[in-house]
Amino acid sequence: MSATAHPPNPNDHPIAPYLRMDRMPHIWCPTCGIGTVVKCFATALEEADVDLDKVVITSGIGCTGRVAGYMNLDAFHATHGRAIPFATGLKLARPELESVVFSGDGDLSGIGGNHFIHAARRNMDMLVILVNNFIYGMTGGQNAPTTPISAKSSTMPFGNFERPFNLPHLAASCGATFVSRWTCLHIRRLAKCMRVALRRKGFRFIEVIAPCSTLYSRLNRLGGGLELMRFYHDNAQIKHGIDTREVDIDFQDTIICGNFVDEEKPTFLDMMNSHYEGVLGDRYVPMAPEGGWLHD
Amino acid sequence: MKTDPAGVLTGVHYLDGDYACGEGAMAAGCRFVAGYPITPSTEVVERISRRFPMMGGTFIQMEDELASMAAVAGAAWTGTKTMTVTSGPGFSLMMENIGLAAMMETPCVVVNVQRGGPSTGLPTMVGQADMMQARWGSHGDYELIAMSPQSPQEAFDLTIDAFNLAETYRVPVMFMMDECVGHMTEKVVIPEADEIDVVPRVLSDKPPDEYQPYAVNGKGVPEMVRAGDGYRFHTTGLTHDDRGYPEMSVERQQINVTRITDKILLNVDDIIRIEEEETDGAEVVVVAYGITARVARMGIDLARKQGVKVGFMRLVVVWPFPEKRIRELAAAVKAFVVPEINLGQMVLEVERCAAGKAAAVHVPHAGGGVHDPAKICKAIVEAAR
Repeated sequence: MSATAHPPNPNDHPIAPYLRMDRMPHIWCPTCGIGTVVKCFATALEEADVDLDKVVITSGIGCTGRVAGYMNLDAFHATHGRAIPFATGLKLARPELESVVFSGDGDLSGIGGNHFIHAARRNMDMLVILVNNFIYGMTGGQNAPTTPISAKSSTMPFGNFERPFNLPHLAASCGATFVSRWTCLHIRRLAKCMRVALRRKGFRFIEVIAPCSTLYSRLNRLGGGLELMRFYHDNAQIKHGIDTREVDIDFQDTIICGNFVDEEKPTFLDMMNSHYEGVLGDRYVPMAPEGGWLHD
Repeated sequence: MKTDPAGVLTGVHYLDGDYACGEGAMAAGCRFVAGYPITPSTEVVERISRRFPMMGGTFIQMEDELASMAAVAGAAWTGTKTMTVTSGPGFSLMMENIGLAAMMETPCVVVNVQRGGPSTGLPTMVGQADMMQARWGSHGDYELIAMSPQSPQEAFDLTIDAFNLAETYRVPVMFMMDECVGHMTEKVVIPEADEIDVVPRVLSDKPPDEYQPYAVNGKGVPEMVRAGDGYRFHTTGLTHDDRGYPEMSVERQQINVTRITDKILLNVDDIIRIEEEETDGAEVVVVAYGITARVARMGIDLARKQGVKVGFMRLVVVWPFPEKRIRELAAAVKAFVVPEINLGQMVLEVERCAAGKAAAVHVPHAGGGVHDPAKICKAIVEAAR
């Protein structure tokens, strides 16, 4: 390379068309895992060959809640915990949309936990990508419903004693038809998993374990981003199809990854349409794919 | 434009206010409703859930009112007209996403069939104690529109108006019914579809590369587009610029919040709807809304028999409040008498606008029933002295 070479233009990056480059740089800390998950999602969008104009993304609040704001899609940054019901409204009122929810563990399983289990129960047509960093990052490292027992957080300074959620098991037991977990280290597997999920129907759930070196790692003296990635390398085990009851995460222990559930069941919209067709016959008028809007 | 006939049940009906409200929504072109059961509002969604499958509408019963309001706000961005229905306890839960709808400038209708409160209160009995909550219930500065029907016929007619106002100003419109109007059964005339004017979702004709979701170009209300049409727009509950991108600054906060309040405040003359009877030359003007407007008329008749010159002002649109007209009347009357089924809410607005020039006499009722007209009459007679 000559001394006069220009630095690479960020707009030439292969995933630049999938991002709002006019919003870069993003707000995430150095070594944060969320950007990696976004990269995998952009790759998945590219490889899945979906109509990007029909993909809508909704996020809640928090660090991962900012993802919607960086994706070059129709994007909604909704209220804390309410991304799933907001995305439900989008999907039902314009069924041709692919509704994606991208948010964090606190947002989706803490304040939004009720919506999460009911959307899974309904097999609501949406892809939910949950980035789990074991902590509330945006507000300064408070305890989350995912914080492992004995891990320290800013509100559990002597270590957490609350049992955390096993999120894949929660999703699967509520009826999710596609359930996976990966870490930020598994970028090819994660991108492939997202690509596959984009082509499935119903409630699809992908949990991504991501490092938060600014808070979770610092409070627990786990080292910097590189140490955390090494930890994933040494401690992640891939076990496709394993019973989700077996995938609890203990503090600094094995992280079981893989595609746990992938089955075909009628989605909410399938159920609604076939039911009404059955009982109402020709009288049933389903919502038009492009929505129930009134226009000249 | 004229509405879609699929939702219009033309004819003369005998309906309660809840059913009439549901019919009004369908006649207005509403095709997405999310709700959670709560007395005394549930009949609205029961009506809708029975008729929607035959007209391309979708009703979903969500897991709670937080979800219902969020789903309605999301669905509205597809261009579909949307509504949710609740009563006091659910209204409290909806406040979070009513604020989101106000900040994102999302047209939708929120029906509150009011019962007695606070908390679980009187689930099956009437109240009008959510009127201030309708205006101030979500945090921060924002403006919206609230209406209050006095009969099943108005529950039908005004629901259509509520949708039209929501589209015109891109705000959530609070439809403040009460249990009496909701459960009262009367004649409701539903006209032909070609007699029902509706405001359709007006979409921007700008190409995607020129479109900015919150650019107003001198108008009060920005142009909207739909999710799924290739605009790749962004919207957020955060303070945002014309592109809908977050901007955390004193200057942007001033611009953003001022504009979403100004779009209502600068158009109050077009939005406000009041009805006046014999206010010219009146000594006392009674101000009322909803079921209490009908009870107040009986009190007014009794007072007139005692020789008092009583005028009447009915608030059809309750928020924004008819500030200017109250100020004018305050210069001419001795007092306003304000009966409400609460311990003093809209009377505070009357008192503020009367600004000491005329008294504002509240006739309270804690809820569970309507006023005794004799009590309203007594307040009028005493105020006239």
